[in-house]
Amino acid sequence: MRTQSLQIRTPEGILFSQLLAGPVTRFLAWFIDLMCIGTVISTFGFALVLLQLLSPDLAAAIGTLTYFAVSVGYGVVFEWFWRGQTIGKKLLRLRVVDAEALRLQFSQIVLRNLLRFVDSLPLFYFVGGLVCWFSPKSQRLGDIAANTVVVRLPRLVEPDLDQLLAGKFNSLRLHPHLCARLRQRVSTAEAAVVLQALLRRDDFDLQDRIDLFAQLADHFRAKVEFPAEAVADITDEQYLRNLADVIFRARAFQEESKLATQSSPAKAQPHL
Amino acid sequence: MIIDLQRFVASERSCWSELESALDKLEADPNHHMSLEALRRFHLLYERTAADLAKITTFSAEPETRRYLENLVARAYGEIHETRERRTRLHVAHWLMRTLPQTFRQHTRAFYVSLAITLAGCSFGGLAILLDPGAKPVLMPFPHLQQDPAKRVAEEEKAHSDRLAGQKTSFSAFLMTHNIRISILTMAMGMSWGVGTVVLLFYNGVTLGAVAVDYVRAGQLKFLLGWLLPHGVVEIPAILIAGQAGLVLAFALVGWGNRSPFKVRLRTVSGDVVTLIFGVGLLLVWAGIVEAFFSQYHEPVLPYSVKIAFGLVELVLLILFLARSGKT
Repeated sequence: MRTQSLQIRTPEGILFSQLLAGPVTRFLAWFIDLMCIGTVISTFGFALVLLQLLSPDLAAAIGTLTYFAVSVGYGVVFEWFWRGQTIGKKLLRLRVVDAEALRLQFSQIVLRNLLRFVDSLPLFYFVGGLVCWFSPKSQRLGDIAANTVVVRLPRLVEPDLDQLLAGKFNSLRLHPHLCARLRQRVSTAEAAVVLQALLRRDDFDLQDRIDLFAQLADHFRAKVEFPAEAVADITDEQYLRNLADVIFRARAFQEESKLATQSSPAKAQPHL
Repeated sequence: MIIDLQRFVASERSCWSELESALDKLEADPNHHMSLEALRRFHLLYERTAADLAKITTFSAEPETRRYLENLVARAYGEIHETRERRTRLHVAHWLMRTLPQTFRQHTRAFYVSLAITLAGCSFGGLAILLDPGAKPVLMPFPHLQQDPAKRVAEEEKAHSDRLAGQKTSFSAFLMTHNIRISILTMAMGMSWGVGTVVLLFYNGVTLGAVAVDYVRAGQLKFLLGWLLPHGVVEIPAILIAGQAGLVLAFALVGWGNRSPFKVRLRTVSGDVVTLIFGVGLLLVWAGIVEAFFSQYHEPVLPYSVKIAFGLVELVLLILFLARSGKT
């Protein structure tokens, strides 16, 4: 069965995964590389015009050898010096890695690139594309022989939690026992959904955004019921912001609950 | 329980950044060597980041931080758990005089199979041309081979001008690149469980056998040997070695008599296949030079005996090299 990610379990028992690149993205990367190869060869061809005046034979020989060396060696040289990336792969954020996540060896790079001779048959990587499509790890024949895979490199952006969570009054925190119950009942997956919805809120259409936050808010309201005064007059989106603040900022929660505990006896004390 | 993400990131960020810069340094310079102290620190950082990854996977499904940590752990994992020898510099003399012939000898079974398939093709081609001389255009579809051998020899020997004058270098480059392409294809076809490799070797044999019988039938054995031996004794073994590399790949794929997992089998032979194909490339560069600058000259310019002797010397040297070089 075809999978989306390469999963590796380290001897320490840690599981990590890398996103696998599909045939279409890989084809696009190859197309960019093909353009680069074409550019290098044509540039070299112009340079050979001068040599052709001196010795047409030598110029033709150098042209033939250059075409061969660039078309065969392009992938090998770039993938070796750029650790599994060519220009096309770099632009599309792809990388060739060992299928066991070990260090990529020179022989693996050479083999996967030489196997392009079969993968590219009969035209436009038909064989390679077909094998890649049916392969569980999206490998073409060259990848299978060299035990490599092509992974997608995610953009490593740290989530901007400050703009979502910090510095605002949170009415839910006035009820520390309910906050504690909420933290207990919300699963990590549910918490992630809230966080992602908030982080991507500007990407949604207005109506979709309202509908999505309404659905999410209903889902979480059913988990823990806060008193009416804590949730009155706040929008569904604000409710989810407060919820995320409670879930992801335990420290603030603990500090505030300490404050709440300290202040409650005073409030409860009868005024004499 | 869900971890306090902000606090977690703030407290661990320095460790991740340190590991990331160590990895950047390692990846930028393949010759970079760490001191024992630096290695210990690197290992510690790896373990801590891996533990952070486990923590964030279990206690927070926040995907961005998880992906960032997965990427870091994946990069460090490869550096720490790799046990294969790390060759950062290629020692050409050592590779040529030891690695290449040793690798060839390590897979002689595949070479003999490659030789047997080519010989079968030769027999088929020879027999076919003997029984049906009219099949020439099918068996050897190359314009320069369609001519009557006796007529061609007479023309070559009568020629007063050098027909390759001003084209020898480009002809040589063409031969090198064309033959190397065919060899790589022969090797790469090993991934079709060897079927493609077998077909290419057999077809190559058919053409060779048909040409040989065609010239022998016409009484041109001496010309044939003088024409083919100088480059053929290197070119034909090169194609056979390419076939050997393809069959090594195919044997690993099929896994007869080898109970190791498929990936392990391929991993074991990949280095050898690359060594063999680089060797083939070198042989074909030499064959291309000889074919363009030497093989195309015939009597009276170059006596056949000299050409045949040259070819035989090359053959003996090649056999000695493959059989003896690198033996301690």
